Amino acid sequence: MSEIKIREPLLVELSSPGRRAVRFPAADVPLADLPAGLVRDDLPLPEVSEVDVVRHYTRLSQFNHGVDINFYPLGSCTMKYNPKINEDMARLPGFTQVHPLQPEETVQGALALMYYLQEYLKEITGMAGVSLQPAAGAHGELTGVLIMRAYHRSRGDTKRNKILVPDSAHGTNPASSAMSGMRVVEIPSDARGNIDLEKLKAECDDTLVGLMITNPNTLGLFEEHIEEVVQAVHDAGGLVYGDGANLNALLGIARFGDMGFDVVHLNLHKTFSTPHGGGGPGSGPVAVAEHLVDFLPSPIVAVVDEDEEDGLPTFGLVTPKRSIGRVKAFYGHFGVMVRALTYILILGADGLRQVAEDAVLNANYLRVLLQDTYHIPYNRLCKHEFVAEGRWEDAPGVRALDISKRLMDFGFHPPTNYFPLIVPEALMIEPTETESKDTLDAFAAAMKQIAREAHENPEVLHEAPHTTPFGRVDEVKAARELVLTWFDWAKK
Amino acid sequence: MSWKVPPHLKYTKNDEWINPEDGTVGITDYAQAQLSDVVYVEITVSEGEEVQKGDIVATVESVKAAADVYAPVSGTVVATNDELADTPEVVNSDPYGDAWMVRLEIADPAELDELMDAEAYAKYCEEREH
Amino acid sequence: MYTPNTPEERRAMLEVIGVQRMEDLFSDVPAKYRYPQMNLPPAMTEMEAAEEMQSLADANLTVRDFASFLGAGAYHHYVPAVVDHILRRGEFYTAYTPYQPEVSQGTLHAIFEFQSLVCALTGMEVSNASMYDGATAVAEAVNMAYHVFRGKRPKAVLSSALHPQALATVHTYYDASDREIVVPHEGDPTADPMSLLDAVDDRTSLVMVQYPDFFGRVYDFTELAEAVHAKGALFGIAVNPLALGLLKAPGDMGADIVTAEGQPLGIPLSFGGPYLGIFATRKKYVRKMAGRIVGETVDTRGQRAYVLTLTAREQHIRRARATSNICTNNALMALAATVYLGLLGKEGLRKVAELNYHKAHYAAQRLAGLEGYELAFPEAPFFNEFTLKTPLPVAEINRRLLDYGIFGGYDLSQDFPSLDRHMLVAVTEMNTKDEIDLLAAALDEIAREAAA
Repeated sequence: MSEIKIREPLLVELSSPGRRAVRFPAADVPLADLPAGLVRDDLPLPEVSEVDVVRHYTRLSQFNHGVDINFYPLGSCTMKYNPKINEDMARLPGFTQVHPLQPEETVQGALALMYYLQEYLKEITGMAGVSLQPAAGAHGELTGVLIMRAYHRSRGDTKRNKILVPDSAHGTNPASSAMSGMRVVEIPSDARGNIDLEKLKAECDDTLVGLMITNPNTLGLFEEHIEEVVQAVHDAGGLVYGDGANLNALLGIARFGDMGFDVVHLNLHKTFSTPHGGGGPGSGPVAVAEHLVDFLPSPIVAVVDEDEEDGLPTFGLVTPKRSIGRVKAFYGHFGVMVRALTYILILGADGLRQVAEDAVLNANYLRVLLQDTYHIPYNRLCKHEFVAEGRWEDAPGVRALDISKRLMDFGFHPPTNYFPLIVPEALMIEPTETESKDTLDAFAAAMKQIAREAHENPEVLHEAPHTTPFGRVDEVKAARELVLTWFDWAKK
Repeated sequence: MSWKVPPHLKYTKNDEWINPEDGTVGITDYAQAQLSDVVYVEITVSEGEEVQKGDIVATVESVKAAADVYAPVSGTVVATNDELADTPEVVNSDPYGDAWMVRLEIADPAELDELMDAEAYAKYCEEREH
Repeated sequence: MYTPNTPEERRAMLEVIGVQRMEDLFSDVPAKYRYPQMNLPPAMTEMEAAEEMQSLADANLTVRDFASFLGAGAYHHYVPAVVDHILRRGEFYTAYTPYQPEVSQGTLHAIFEFQSLVCALTGMEVSNASMYDGATAVAEAVNMAYHVFRGKRPKAVLSSALHPQALATVHTYYDASDREIVVPHEGDPTADPMSLLDAVDDRTSLVMVQYPDFFGRVYDFTELAEAVHAKGALFGIAVNPLALGLLKAPGDMGADIVTAEGQPLGIPLSFGGPYLGIFATRKKYVRKMAGRIVGETVDTRGQRAYVLTLTAREQHIRRARATSNICTNNALMALAATVYLGLLGKEGLRKVAELNYHKAHYAAQRLAGLEGYELAFPEAPFFNEFTLKTPLPVAEINRRLLDYGIFGGYDLSQDFPSLDRHMLVAVTEMNTKDEIDLLAAALDEIAREAAA
């Protein structure tokens, strides 16, 4: 059996007894007795020097791909450039050194920031009320479903327990519904990739809580019957929930509120340029129509007093009249809100519209460049993303996975794989507006070369990536022999 | 594409098999091929438990999917294959033999008639591969 | 502005697509919805936006301007300089979730370290890659226990000494579901933790407590854990992870689930978020644990590597059957905690925990010695927070304390009407002896003025 090579050690492997990085001042108070029987005798943490910590994490960072390095066309994730001014603003001590429980008169700046963000998101979505509390998109969805249920119950409508979800929906949609105790019914898509209107209507009865729909959908297509869809759900007394993950296609172009949606969630870490952080933190504000404003999670920020000598309003935290309650501690991901507000201020209405226009332009350009090389099942005018099939009948054995791994050799992050489920070997490509034509041309060229390789020399794909620091990993081994901490490792 | 479909077994639309003679239940060759490398099997019923047709008796997990295994007929659980938890890969290599999951004492043999025979099931697998 | 294409390039692209104008790209949007009027401030340059944001920041008082004794779930601790330098690396913060392990070993390796450090601190066997915060982690604990028993034990018994916001979150999540959420002695902190057992029966999947509890008190829950296990239920403990630098680990008390708010580990106060949900459990329950998990493996070149594993549990595969809907976690905050713990290490975490302990005990002794003030729970051991009975309403005291440049402790009457005139005082390594003495002098003066 060959030796396993270690590219970069773990903290515990860099540890040496007695090493310290950070020191603290000596206690300036008398020492109290430690609590009997409650003091731990062993604290198995590594002991590493500061220089080791810095080098270790710097080297680790170099194994990552990021938007700051190259193109990252992950469909549905909106991997746009993360402006650096956002990072600086989020780090202002006037924001980072504020305790959430300070008296309200000492945090008027933070409350004003949240208030303006709430107002601007209302404008952008065409909705009547916003809560910034949910921590991520999925959290916003759960919040939205709870709001819908509370609304129906408040009207004595307790029969309703069914949520409809298109079969192209992101997994969080049915998961959020199920988590709230709702029954989930999937509605298939029609031949053009829209939600099947007839099948939808068949499920619109008096047990309907609502429909969760993404528009444009996960195929990157604007729902061709959106007005009828909304009408059918409303006619049955249900509510329409908009998954705002794809808002990048519609900023300044169309608003959920105008289209009749009742609740939507937004992803600040997608549409509003806040960074993905390697998997968070995100932020998933929820916006609602007038009749749902009272049900928003608590607290939200409102103007509590207009009557100031200096003409400035006083902001405060208030509980909506029939609030569903809190969905997490404190007020939401404030640090993420700072970034999003900075972005909105810099772009303005025209800039936001430009975002959607360039996002859609870039996606359609790429689609047309690739359409003769890759099968695109619903090949028509798309919005900010499109889905191609990563396979060819005359290149058997080559799959979306292989194409994705080979793209890494060209320096690109692969597109989203295997989603939506309704397209086999799906490659969901979302370039975003912050990419230039040059980048798109280079990506298309790489994709074309990979298509050639698939037919002429598929081994290159099957063994890709070749030039990245790491090759394909054994996922089966990881799941069968669970090594989830370095304590497990030491036992092996 | 062809999958093993032993002629003496009965089959469900959810890709479970049942041996009408001794009441053993498992998942089919087609099912394990769809899942690919199985990493975990959890039998969720215990000996003595009564199950209705359609109740979940086990969960099978692979790297890319998780599937519930349903009781093909109603009955009482008389045995469970506790070794599967340690050797989940057997589901891939021997789905009809060592990868049996539970053994049922069948309550109503008439329920077996509602299931597919080998020929019907083989056809059902073919249809789905398009 | 962040869109690089020039008008020339846009024209060329429109031509390739086969449309005339940008507007044609939106012909699929019904005309009546197209191009809404959005009432937003006009676009600003970076310079102007920075001015605007700075003035919002300036309109806040901070824990640097004022001596702060506020805790109640968020604590002012020292964040070593290295932490933010690592967090600012674009390779970490502009990366996505590590679904493609070949190009995300940085994130994956760091999460594996995070999971390991959480287990080292808590004494538990497995941890996930993080959740949103401590409150939602408690809600996920309730959810997980429910699924461990497959719905056959729908009741969760929660201590009234859990953070009120965690309880509120659990109520929001589950009040209208088939889960039964029972909080014995809700609103009454004097109940002994062992009394929770009265509510535990064979329909109970989880009993959950907090350590230190919301009022700062520290109990050894070993006996309670045993009793809960005897009734067939799981035992969960919500902890302050910094306290674990000094105090007995919850895993050693018999916890099946441990959650935490990880903010004390290198994450700034930031007006309440983003923080860090920590979740750990026993290996035998790992498949019922929500959230992402990183496991160790090898790559095709024989190198040790890391990968998201047990993904079949998650929403993108199980969809409606997933234990939880959680997708994004708080990876960057988990990285902050990992770097923080790496920098402090065994000695450093013990040291900072001791400083918190000693300073809080000095403060308690000074304040309890003031006329009109006394400790609400003088018998209970505590870590860095304690409950102080005050001669005046806390809101009034805190208003006056602002004049001394002090943020007073949390007013407990906001959550507990029976705890009128009770202040939750937190003291950390950031409070100097002088600040504590100033607090004592100020509280004394305020009481005397009111009496006069």
